[in-house]
Amino acid sequence: MKSVLRAAGPVFIIGIALIAINLLLAFLAPWISAYDPIASNSDAALQGPTAAHWLGTDMYGRDVLSRTLNGGRYALLVTFLATTIAVAAGALLGCLVAFLNNWIDDVVMRVVDAILSVPTILALLVVVAVFGSGMWVIVLAVVVVYTPAVTRVVRGAARSVSSLDYVTAAKARGEHAGPIVVREILPNVLDVVLVEYAMRASWVVLLISSLSFLGFGANPPAPDWGLMVAENRTALTVVPLATLGPIVALATFVIGLHLTADGLGKKLGVDRAMTGVQ
Amino acid sequence: MTRLIIRRLGSAVLTIILASLLVFLAIQALPGDVAQQILGRGATQESIDQMRSELGLDTPVVIRYIQWLFGAVQGDFGTSLVSGDPVGPTLLLHFRNTLLIAIPTVLISVTLSILLGVFAGLRRNKWQDNSISLLSLVAMSIPEFMMGALLVLAFAIGIPLFPAVVLDGPNATVAELLPSIWLPVIVLSLAMAAYVIRMTRTSTIDVMTSDFITTAQLKGLRESRVVLRHALPTALLPTLNVVAINIAWMLGGVVVVENIFNYPGMGNLMLEAVFNRDLPIIEAVAVVSATVYVACNLLADLTAMLLDPRQRLAKGSSHKAKAKAAGSQAAAAGEGIQL
Repeated sequence: MKSVLRAAGPVFIIGIALIAINLLLAFLAPWISAYDPIASNSDAALQGPTAAHWLGTDMYGRDVLSRTLNGGRYALLVTFLATTIAVAAGALLGCLVAFLNNWIDDVVMRVVDAILSVPTILALLVVVAVFGSGMWVIVLAVVVVYTPAVTRVVRGAARSVSSLDYVTAAKARGEHAGPIVVREILPNVLDVVLVEYAMRASWVVLLISSLSFLGFGANPPAPDWGLMVAENRTALTVVPLATLGPIVALATFVIGLHLTADGLGKKLGVDRAMTGVQ
Repeated sequence: MTRLIIRRLGSAVLTIILASLLVFLAIQALPGDVAQQILGRGATQESIDQMRSELGLDTPVVIRYIQWLFGAVQGDFGTSLVSGDPVGPTLLLHFRNTLLIAIPTVLISVTLSILLGVFAGLRRNKWQDNSISLLSLVAMSIPEFMMGALLVLAFAIGIPLFPAVVLDGPNATVAELLPSIWLPVIVLSLAMAAYVIRMTRTSTIDVMTSDFITTAQLKGLRESRVVLRHALPTALLPTLNVVAINIAWMLGGVVVVENIFNYPGMGNLMLEAVFNRDLPIIEAVAVVSATVYVACNLLADLTAMLLDPRQRLAKGSSHKAKAKAAGSQAAAAGEGIQL
């Protein structure tokens, strides 16, 4: 294990560590936070950092540290679910159409292009307007928006694999499209898919936070990073930590994902920008 | 070459029409009856039915879509359900306002980020490269709403150089809006530059290690000539796609940034329309954004053909396929979160 980590390089290790710390803190939040994140206390509103409240309190007297710790739970859960479903669906679809390489490929890619041409946020807002802003709706919305993008990238990588000899051999053995895609093509584009996962996750978590900031997504008084910034930005001069706390948490998580994607890409030889050129 | 361009144009038009159909169908699924919404709760069934037939809601979806499409091609996007004004002029006004922040943003961030990206690529793994890479990573990771909030605060309280939020409506003249475009421009430039810098750096490194550059260096050419004449045109090709996507994203309206600064552009129009269920406006915004997106990509492809003879070959040759794959990967890398 140790040698594997060392081979991956310091960038990758720092990235994984940042992600792990954020996930661990969010997971343990209910047990390690000192206060109830939604309990207001008007006697202690808008305090700076004290021994009792390490990061101070917001305008309702809620403990900022407890809210920051708990604030990632919603965003991280939605990010995990949405990214996993979108990348899995996109990877399977991308490999399948690359393997088929016929009219189905053309039709799917036309639809993919059409969806990609509609602005992400508009597509999200329309889905949220149709179905409300429950957690699964947000997951569905993100899946709708990101599956086409993943499909496109994975298809690009899978096209070069699907013309290789072992795929032809599997076809000659009389295997069906399903098993060939899952057993022959998918394992050989897994590096692209992994990097894709880390990159998409970093965008999804920012997207979810931005939605919460705009008023779609997490509902007050629930603790959520995007929502906390929206609530506390007017009091930025009075209690700067109430805004900076959630931002630092969010930014470290996103930086962690970027570093992981970079490190992974370098290690696996997938340079996101240049694959296909060499 | 000409045939290739014509085929590209055809598929671009097809993509736009398909996008408009998808959005049209999605909007039909919006819950709540529009006629009911206009007339209010107390309306009788007869008046609702009459309203529905006035709005043309009793005709089948396909017919309505075709009618809408014919109108849209002639510039008639229907009337807003909320204000009753025609959608076309409203859209045009907001689009102009968005252009007003998009043009300076593109000029500033593209110039700056190509300079920084190429510089970082040439100084690979030295301290200059490391600090540029780190800064662009941080810029990518701090959400726009945070940068926006910080700037609003700094300028509202600290240095009252620019107005922090826009108080003018969409009808304000260009001269009236001009002082308030700068804060959105700063936030957007930072967001866009981060992606373009990364892309330019990667492709510069890639080109500088390729054989034809080694040849040029071994010929004894001056380094500046090697970089400017030999490396740069090739290195900027993948950057083109990233820039195109970012421009499309900005012209389609940047909801978060426009929301923070209360800027009356496409993004605010979009957000308002979704809040009010103003279907004709949602549809029109979607189609205009899709058109801009497709047009920007088409332009990037054509420019790439102009700069890179390999891409002029007809479809099916290996160079073409490879170049195309590179394009879509580059595009994916530069997409960003597009808010």
